[in-house]
Amino acid sequence: MRAIVTVRFKEGVLDPEAVAIARALKGLGFEEVRAVRREKRLELDLDAAEPDRARERVRAMCEELLANPVIETYTIALENDR
Amino acid sequence: MRAAVITFPGSNCDRDLVVAMETCFGRPVARVWHADTELPPVDLVGLPGGFSWGDYLRCGAIAARAPIMAAVRRHVARGGYVLGICNGFQILTEAGLLPGALVRNRDLKFVCRPVRLLVANRNSSFTSAYGSEPITLPVAHHDGNYVIDPDGLARLEDEGRIAFRYLDNPNGSMADIAGVLDRSGRVLGMMPHPERAVDPLLGSEDGKPLFASLLAAIGG
Repeated sequence: MRAIVTVRFKEGVLDPEAVAIARALKGLGFEEVRAVRREKRLELDLDAAEPDRARERVRAMCEELLANPVIETYTIALENDR
Repeated sequence: MRAAVITFPGSNCDRDLVVAMETCFGRPVARVWHADTELPPVDLVGLPGGFSWGDYLRCGAIAARAPIMAAVRRHVARGGYVLGICNGFQILTEAGLLPGALVRNRDLKFVCRPVRLLVANRNSSFTSAYGSEPITLPVAHHDGNYVIDPDGLARLEDEGRIAFRYLDNPNGSMADIAGVLDRSGRVLGMMPHPERAVDPLLGSEDGKPLFASLLAAIGG
């Protein structure tokens, strides 16, 4: 089973890199760009058979390491890899 | 005063911190490896600057989960002191021992220069030896932009837990915050480097009163 974890800044946390990307796009003439948001995508290959249990474990991984709850939120999607 | 400095893979200010502490405390300082599970009997633990684990995932995130950090938590719980400098500050926030987080500098640049600071709380165990005049310490970081939720910021302000503020904010930190204390007042995290300012040859001795304050608080 594969888990796709996406981690992004919470609303209200300024991401200076995203601001710089937006500014660069505007500089290239893409004036319709209003804002840019970035997120981190992690793919975890798991030895797990039971989706509910897998999701619970991945949630624990997010809480303990993969995301910083002070500044970030995360989502988890599961897919079968075979 | 018994002190130890922890080295993580990628720490690079650990030796400087040991030298500064030994100079200011007049006693040998123990060195501890991140994979150790116990601290020697000490009053003060130093978490040094550097780039632990290459800043992978988030600055300080992996070091904050190192085996030694459980011992650091026990040390704090039984009344011990912790000083986290630069990456050490990032590790303390990632470990939840200090509130808030440190994100990429507002201008996206690595900032490496002396900065002027206001000692915002001169009653703490880390700052009692400072006077009212601004001090100068070097900073060297890419991720020193302190963020915290509005309630958390209000709490820090109300409880006098902002130890240092930038006079010319180099990184976009909220409320110009350069260093914060935990609720007990025994854990300090700061981005500027006091250990790099303990000798006139280094351009500033403004780091010395921090170590003198600790010596006064903890005793010889």
